[in-house]
Amino acid sequence: MSRPDRLFMIALALAAASPALADSLLPPTEYANKQLADPRQEAAARELMHEVRCLVCQGQSIADSDADMAGDMRNNIRRRIAAGESPQQIRAWLIQRYGNWVTYDPPVEPLTWPLWFAPIVLLGAGLFLMRGQFKRRKKKA
Amino acid sequence: MKRGLVLWVPLVVFLAIGAVAAWNLYSPSDRLIHSRLVGQPLPAFVLPAALPGRATVSRADYAGEPRILNIFASWCVPCIAEAPQLMAMARRGIPIDAVAIRDRPQDIQMFLSRWGDPYRNVALDADSSLQLSIGSSGVPETFVIDGSGTIRFQHIGPITDADMARLIQEYEAARVPS
Amino acid sequence: MIAEAGLAALWLAASLSLLQMFLGWASVRPGQEAMLRFVRPLAVAQGALAAFSFVMLLCLFLRTDLSVQLVVANSHSAKPWIYKLAGAWGNHEGSMLLWVTVLAVAGAGVALFERKLRQDTHVATLAAQATISLGFYGFLLFASNPFTRIFPIPMDGNGLNPLLQDPGLAFHPPTLYFGYVGVSVAFSFAVGALVTRDVGPAFARAMRPWVLAAWIFLTLGIVAGSYWAYYELGWGGWWFWDPVENASLMPWLAATALLHSVTVLATRDGLRAWTVMLAVIAFSMSMIGTFLVRSGILTSVHAFAVDPQRGAFILMLLCVYIGGALALFGARVGTVKEGAAFDPVSREGMLVVNNLLLSIILGIVMVGTLYPLGVEAVTGEKLSVGPPYFNKAAGPVALVLVALMGAGPLLRWRRDSAKALAQRMAVPILAAAVSLLLVVLLAPGIGLLPLLGLALAPAVAVASLAPLWGRNLRRTPLITWGMVIAHLGIAVSMAGMAAESAFTKETLIAARVGQQTSVGPWTIRFEGVEPVAGPNWTAIAARLVVRRGDGRELLLRPQARMFSSPPTPTSEAAILTRLDGQLYTVIGEPDGQGRWQLRLWWKPAVTLIWYGGGLVAFGGFLSLIGRLRRARRTKRQDEAEPTPAFEPGREALA
Repeated sequence: MSRPDRLFMIALALAAASPALADSLLPPTEYANKQLADPRQEAAARELMHEVRCLVCQGQSIADSDADMAGDMRNNIRRRIAAGESPQQIRAWLIQRYGNWVTYDPPVEPLTWPLWFAPIVLLGAGLFLMRGQFKRRKKKA
Repeated sequence: MKRGLVLWVPLVVFLAIGAVAAWNLYSPSDRLIHSRLVGQPLPAFVLPAALPGRATVSRADYAGEPRILNIFASWCVPCIAEAPQLMAMARRGIPIDAVAIRDRPQDIQMFLSRWGDPYRNVALDADSSLQLSIGSSGVPETFVIDGSGTIRFQHIGPITDADMARLIQEYEAARVPS
Repeated sequence: MIAEAGLAALWLAASLSLLQMFLGWASVRPGQEAMLRFVRPLAVAQGALAAFSFVMLLCLFLRTDLSVQLVVANSHSAKPWIYKLAGAWGNHEGSMLLWVTVLAVAGAGVALFERKLRQDTHVATLAAQATISLGFYGFLLFASNPFTRIFPIPMDGNGLNPLLQDPGLAFHPPTLYFGYVGVSVAFSFAVGALVTRDVGPAFARAMRPWVLAAWIFLTLGIVAGSYWAYYELGWGGWWFWDPVENASLMPWLAATALLHSVTVLATRDGLRAWTVMLAVIAFSMSMIGTFLVRSGILTSVHAFAVDPQRGAFILMLLCVYIGGALALFGARVGTVKEGAAFDPVSREGMLVVNNLLLSIILGIVMVGTLYPLGVEAVTGEKLSVGPPYFNKAAGPVALVLVALMGAGPLLRWRRDSAKALAQRMAVPILAAAVSLLLVVLLAPGIGLLPLLGLALAPAVAVASLAPLWGRNLRRTPLITWGMVIAHLGIAVSMAGMAAESAFTKETLIAARVGQQTSVGPWTIRFEGVEPVAGPNWTAIAARLVVRRGDGRELLLRPQARMFSSPPTPTSEAAILTRLDGQLYTVIGEPDGQGRWQLRLWWKPAVTLIWYGGGLVAFGGFLSLIGRLRRARRTKRQDEAEPTPAFEPGREALA
């Protein structure tokens, strides 16, 4: 296969998950698919990438997406972690721009209280129902 | 009759779920992620020029007069669709700058000679860094930035004829300091 | 003619279900039991007609009959025949026809084989089943007719979504549908029993095999779906807490709870109202799942067509059925006596806790899935809820549940002592301590959830096998074997999940031809790429020579595939399975300078996740066989003396 042909085929074969989106011909940015040398930093970046939502695919984290933009976001996150930024800072930076939508780990704030307190409320409600039953049983016993 | 009331809780919960589902069905989410930086100052950035002999876009340009910042790419099909509208705006004398996302100079050159060149300055954003820092989630997108460097308006997707009036109105409004 | 025959059969089946519904509800009053004679054949005929209709659709797809719109939209003459067949249900209309067919056939099954129920409850159950079917017939005939003709006839079809052209996924939707429909039968039983106020052990015993069968299919569906996502999406993830996945998990959680509570009801006549409630919830979950997936109101990696009109129809059905059932529940269940009392430290006490914890997990999954929709509807604010939330919120509850699962079967029914339980649990607790120590020493620094998972798994495995200790294994009933194997499967699966998340090794590399790299214990040499062609796709395959230590060299060929109709790229991972894990390789993009992006993972023990899931389903299967055999034996014993229409002694009326 000649080179342009190959490029064309590759562009076709490897276009983003959504066929409606055209894709850049540029190769992925350096750290889109390259791990950081320091395993601790890479682990921190990985954890953050798994909770940041891909902006163009909508149903995946950027860690699980073939989209170019997800690759650029991974590149962005890895570079900043390598430059010494903390995952919390980067998360805050992204939320400042894209809102809470961008993280799969909703921050605890009044709007998400029902979400985060749901387990406790459910446990309380369940115990309340059970307690009623146990009491009745004790009376019988 | 406490137990009696408890027995109706499931129905109430279910009806609430049904209401939410119906709401989502009839006013479906627009699925657009708007930038939270609208109303905030444009962040600082440094980008190389996209074309030889053509100035790059820089943060310092956003002083005095409002400008329009168009995020586009030569590989983006909807960007072709909005080209005539951008040309029309440029003819009205509205200054439009462009940032080309993940692009190559020769491709940009070809795109502009084919579909028209409405731009003043053109910068190259090879790793989407500017795109991320202004909260844009795709191409094309168009931002109105006022004379004090504040982002006043974001348009997501290609500019159609129907969008023109709104965009020009937002541009005119940006002349008045907020 | 085939399409017209299918459509006619569908209309006929719909009218029969209407008749069945009216006759059924009209004859529920005591003294009308004779009506059963008429209702039963109706249900059987309806099932046969629906099945006929579905077979007609299969024929159309096998022949690629391009005069039918559905075939044009979802098939292509160049497709392998097995995917032509799968194309019949790989789309909205076809899958709804499959739904209603399974529903109707199951209804026929209830009509033919059910013998344990009181007759009026039996009629009410069949009437409820007909009511559900009728709604779906209406939906098919008025909003999603699979047999619509098209003119002019096109040259060829558009093809099937390539992601669905995969053996795993071709049979994934039908499996889940069998599960959903089984749950709907349980729901019909519950409604029938509520109407006739006959909630008792006989009802529980009649419902149990259906719940068990539904649960087996739901389990298989989830396991298959998870493995499909793992090897098809190309990033090595096996569960994403994606809304569509949650939609299949919620009915499973409810059915699991129901399976355990129905045992309490059948054995100890307890948890009456709760069991009925769970049957309604389980059906609601499968309907809500269908609705969420089919209406397109959720954004998901599993893309489905968005159609608000159809969504509205399903929502309406949902509201009528579930709203109706819950209203009936609220009005009627107050008159159903609470079951027999039981001691907190007993098998049934533990089953109550099992139900509590499963319900909490179900609640968390439901809140996490629906809350973002609710918030957006009310405030316009967009939220994302994903793995970090579900792991944090549901993970600890699940761990407690699994730990108690080990203890539950070691308790006696009715009354037991905590001291005796502690003695029986001595070995498992020792196993937990030893494995905790080993993990902490050998693998320091892994996350808390994986740590606890790895410590707990061996202990729970030991405890799960404990009910077999000291028993004659040959004479141990299949039901006990089933429980033991299913519980063991949970422990195995949990070990796999914990090991995968704690020990996965990842290498991402842009490799030149000839370059060598490593991941975990493997060395990998990249020998270049080559084009490959399939029946309806072309691909670029990487040649990876892999070797573990001094072992044999093996060739792996991950592909980047391009399907021709419709043009869609997919990534086909090459996976090498070893006893202790999987080597997972993916080819990505070239970097323009002669290097290719490779993604390589070594995932120790990852296969345990699905083997465990398979064990769970197999355990369920053994239980089901055991139950059916036992039922046949009792039936033979009863044959000398036929069951009376009413059993006043067993009445659950207040």
